[in-house]
Amino acid sequence: MAAPANPTYRLLIALVLAVIMMVLDQRTPWAAPVRHVLGYLTAPIHYLAHLPVDSGEWLSEQTQSRGALIDENRRLQRQALILEQRVQRLAVLEAENVRLRELLNSSADLDANVLVAEIIGVDPDPNRQELVINKGKGEQVFRGQAVLDAQGLIGQVVDAGPLSARVLLVTDASHAMSVQVNRNGVRAVLAGTGQSDGLKLLYVPDTADIREGDLLVSTGLGQRYPRGYPVATVTSVRHQSGAPFAEIAASPTARVDRASHVLLVQSTDEPLIPVPDPEAANDP
Amino acid sequence: MIHDRPAGTGVIVVTLLIAALLEVVPLPDSVNWVRPEWMLLVLVYWVLELPNRIGVLWGFFVGLYHDVLVGTTLGQWGLAYALGAFVMLAAYKRMRVFTSLQQCAVVFLLVGTVSLLAYLVQESVGRTLYPPYTILYASLTSAVLWRPVCALLRWVQLRFLVR
Repeated sequence: MAAPANPTYRLLIALVLAVIMMVLDQRTPWAAPVRHVLGYLTAPIHYLAHLPVDSGEWLSEQTQSRGALIDENRRLQRQALILEQRVQRLAVLEAENVRLRELLNSSADLDANVLVAEIIGVDPDPNRQELVINKGKGEQVFRGQAVLDAQGLIGQVVDAGPLSARVLLVTDASHAMSVQVNRNGVRAVLAGTGQSDGLKLLYVPDTADIREGDLLVSTGLGQRYPRGYPVATVTSVRHQSGAPFAEIAASPTARVDRASHVLLVQSTDEPLIPVPDPEAANDP
Repeated sequence: MIHDRPAGTGVIVVTLLIAALLEVVPLPDSVNWVRPEWMLLVLVYWVLELPNRIGVLWGFFVGLYHDVLVGTTLGQWGLAYALGAFVMLAAYKRMRVFTSLQQCAVVFLLVGTVSLLAYLVQESVGRTLYPPYTILYASLTSAVLWRPVCALLRWVQLRFLVR
């Protein structure tokens, strides 16, 4: 076998290309086309890796007994009834909220549509907390879109590929967001710790009124997450004499490491609840 | 000279894609620490077997694919794999006469170095959490799995006449 051609020049080309790409990827949006094209080739791998889970679910669905299915059906019907009753009250409350906001001359809250997506992969790197979902640019998923599960906020889309998207979880060590205590409206910054059940509140003064069990909801500051979704509950508050800030730990309300389906929030231009006509409101 | 005509590029690509699948297949968190660098192992095998065809640029593009697959900075693994392929090109004659244990030691060092390079890039963009010695676990399992991977790929190479 003949000796290979001198690879030093090729190495030089590869190194220069790699460094250029890293800078472009970090500082500019110009590397996105490369990611987009390669996304067509990487998404099938994620789908394929998820296949055993999918077929396992399918198999257990097929082999479930009639009795178990009837039980589940009854349970779901009861749940649907309860939820529908709650939604009835919600519609009234929401309309009332809109009217009160009109009185205060503040802008109305917009309701949002959601898109359901399935989680098809988790990041294998323990340094990062990310997920891969089975919806991409084809379904109008965009970078920065908020992702929820049934219990609360789970994260945001950081990379929307053509067929799949990557979601950065609120528990990632590089993630932080603005939250407020539901009980009294105290605002704070909620940061991830890199553990799937650990969050912490940053720079909270010792005197702030935050207690164990408090629910933290998103504030909508930062224009990234919609306002008023539950994010975490406070699990421990420690005051240390000498330390400038209180040490407050929280755990996400969303089942970050167990969810199999997530909801992508699509903000709509029109409110789903019609805003009452001010002329009509003046009538006695 | 029909024997010198390259063949089986598709087979090489398929083995690399299977390695990619093994890289992202979901595993418990504790096992993630020791998940071997499958794509790098397969790449190193083909560089050693076909140094005329599989080299630095293959390494670069395979690394780029790995970047998009796991969502790291574009070029992070591209850079690392290109360098790994370069080192193997420089050492492929020696690797062929090494004993199994020596080969495993070289693979351990190579995977460690390549992963460290990728770790440095990841560190510079602030996406690392654990100290760099944690990459040693994956390097160790990669070295342990080198001979089985080699045997499997050798069978593939002979079965599908890759040259």
